[in-house]
Amino acid sequence: MPENEPFEGGVGCGASRRPPPSPAGTGLRGEEPLSDSATSDPASAAPARRAPRPVLRLALLVLALAACVGLAVLVGAASISPGRVLAVLAGGGDPAARGIVLGLRLPRAVQGALVGGGLAVAGAAFQALLRNPLAEPYVLGVSGGAALGAVAALVLGWSAAGVWSLPVAAFCGALLAVGAVLAVAARSSLALDTRVLLLAGVVAGAFFNALIMLLLSLGRAEAFRSAIYWMMGSLSGAGWTETWILALYVLPCAAVLLALARPLNLLAVGEETALYLGTRVEGTKRIVYVATSLLVAATVSAAGAIGFVGLIVPHAVRLAWGSDHRLLMPASLLAGGAFLVLADTAARTVAAPAELPVGVVTALVGVPLFVTLLVRESGRGGGLG
Amino acid sequence: MSAGEPRTGRRGAGAGAPGARTRAAALAAEGLAFRYPRAARPTLDGVSFTVAPGELFGVLGPNGSGKSTLLRLLLGALGADGGRVRVLGRDLGTWGRRELARRVAVVPQHEDIAFPLSVEEMVAMGRYPHLGPWRAEGPGDRRAVREALARCDLSAVADRPVSTLSGGELQLGRLARALAQEPEVLVLDEPTVSLDLRHRMEIFGLLKQLAGPEGTTVLLVTHDLNAASRFADRLLLLDGGRQAAVGTPAQVLERETIERVYGWPVRVTRLPGPGPDAGAPQVTALATRHAPKEIA
Repeated sequence: MPENEPFEGGVGCGASRRPPPSPAGTGLRGEEPLSDSATSDPASAAPARRAPRPVLRLALLVLALAACVGLAVLVGAASISPGRVLAVLAGGGDPAARGIVLGLRLPRAVQGALVGGGLAVAGAAFQALLRNPLAEPYVLGVSGGAALGAVAALVLGWSAAGVWSLPVAAFCGALLAVGAVLAVAARSSLALDTRVLLLAGVVAGAFFNALIMLLLSLGRAEAFRSAIYWMMGSLSGAGWTETWILALYVLPCAAVLLALARPLNLLAVGEETALYLGTRVEGTKRIVYVATSLLVAATVSAAGAIGFVGLIVPHAVRLAWGSDHRLLMPASLLAGGAFLVLADTAARTVAAPAELPVGVVTALVGVPLFVTLLVRESGRGGGLG
Repeated sequence: MSAGEPRTGRRGAGAGAPGARTRAAALAAEGLAFRYPRAARPTLDGVSFTVAPGELFGVLGPNGSGKSTLLRLLLGALGADGGRVRVLGRDLGTWGRRELARRVAVVPQHEDIAFPLSVEEMVAMGRYPHLGPWRAEGPGDRRAVREALARCDLSAVADRPVSTLSGGELQLGRLARALAQEPEVLVLDEPTVSLDLRHRMEIFGLLKQLAGPEGTTVLLVTHDLNAASRFADRLLLLDGGRQAAVGTPAQVLERETIERVYGWPVRVTRLPGPGPDAGAPQVTALATRHAPKEIA
């Protein structure tokens, strides 16, 4: 219905809450683009002052991660004095201490940093891709597939074939899940619809869970126990070889996702907007999906299914420092690593000599932390960013 | 208000052969046709028009007449089933997405921002096509963002989260993002829908300023017949996917045409002065569907 406004023009913008009411035919700042740029030039100091802040924040996180790794190396079931640990790190030390610090604690801490960082970056990327702050790798069925592969290996006795069989089976399961979810989403709509992707992921996850339960109920009791423990996540199997292999997956995939920070910023605003701002939307979504899936498959096959890191860490970073993915992605990588190293240290020491599954610790610590952040933020009236 | 002669844009001179560019239409559609999968009839059928550089071109039509689809075809978000689109003298298919985004800016109808974002961050996204994934923002980029914020009167709220803006401010913010792109062609999908009087006039005034003195080509889809009449150089009226009329506001906004296309009796009057747009046709819908004919 055409609106009734034949006389607006004569009245102009009568209320003068703002500078000169713009008569028809001129812009808001009609004739003064030159004076605009002239007067605002001194203000160019402001962005320059703001520029180093992201770098400082990342440097802070690097220090935090280093501190967490340091703590993880210092404490443990065997009591080794800080002096002996430092001697080992300096290149000396007694053989017993060397074995524990360099052979057990350090690779475990490095692996924890890789797994936590990888999961957090994958979570941040999934959240931008699905435009949903509740998305995480687990929602898309990736970890369900990995868990199915690992449980199948345990129950069907493939793990007897060698130490590699379990991670390889988990990896294959994760890729199978990714392929199935992508195929369903691609079949059901012309473009990769994120809502379909989310639904397909949830359904696939439920299906894989059912298959896992089926396998477990048919399997032997000892397989059941190790499968459950593995499903809750643990870094206890970390040696240097596994850690290097994990790094080979995590670091390139994380680098790809970090490089896509600007396209992710655009995708978080909307796919149409992203397209009009120069993003090849479908291609970018595929790259993000494949890179995050590889990342999650690698971490799950190394350390089992550790939940909440991919959800909580990006969310906390976003609440604290805003949603620009150029800061959010590297910050999530570092903070996720620090968080999981800390959680694993707690898992090793709280009930020593017994060891808790680290997934339990991440959930127990992460959920209250998350709730606190959420409540504090909404109390401030939603003033985010 | 006539289409005016082709003008050289602010930034037109630096980019390639100026002679060829200023002569070519900024946007041209030729026999454009599109049918959504499983749709009973085509959404667009045989739409042809050209938009000259520096022109303010309005696309009108009832709900479902194919305005937004036309816009998506012009921008390559959808592929046409028939006909062709030329943008700045080149076939649409030969443009890369980023290359296109450096010269054509779009303000989409709807956006649902998923995460907290400051106004300045949103406007700075207009520089992404110029920067690509890697390059850091330079002083020129920061200046473009600052100027776009100032032009849209948003400098004071630059640091605020977009979630705290009013509908009018948010729309101005999206327009500022498009201005930060420093485009030669600006495309808007119903930019003034649900805005109050002042914001509506501000946006139309800004578009007029961009198109006229500054030589930016502006294509806008709108339901606001009267504002389009006052501000646009030429109009395209769509009716069920076909073009009902193309031409100056006086040519398109005729009583018979509007009544046929919208299926509602209207009266067309002339805008009283003062102002540069005095005499522009203004459409008023009558109160009841079966109005006595003598009123018209």
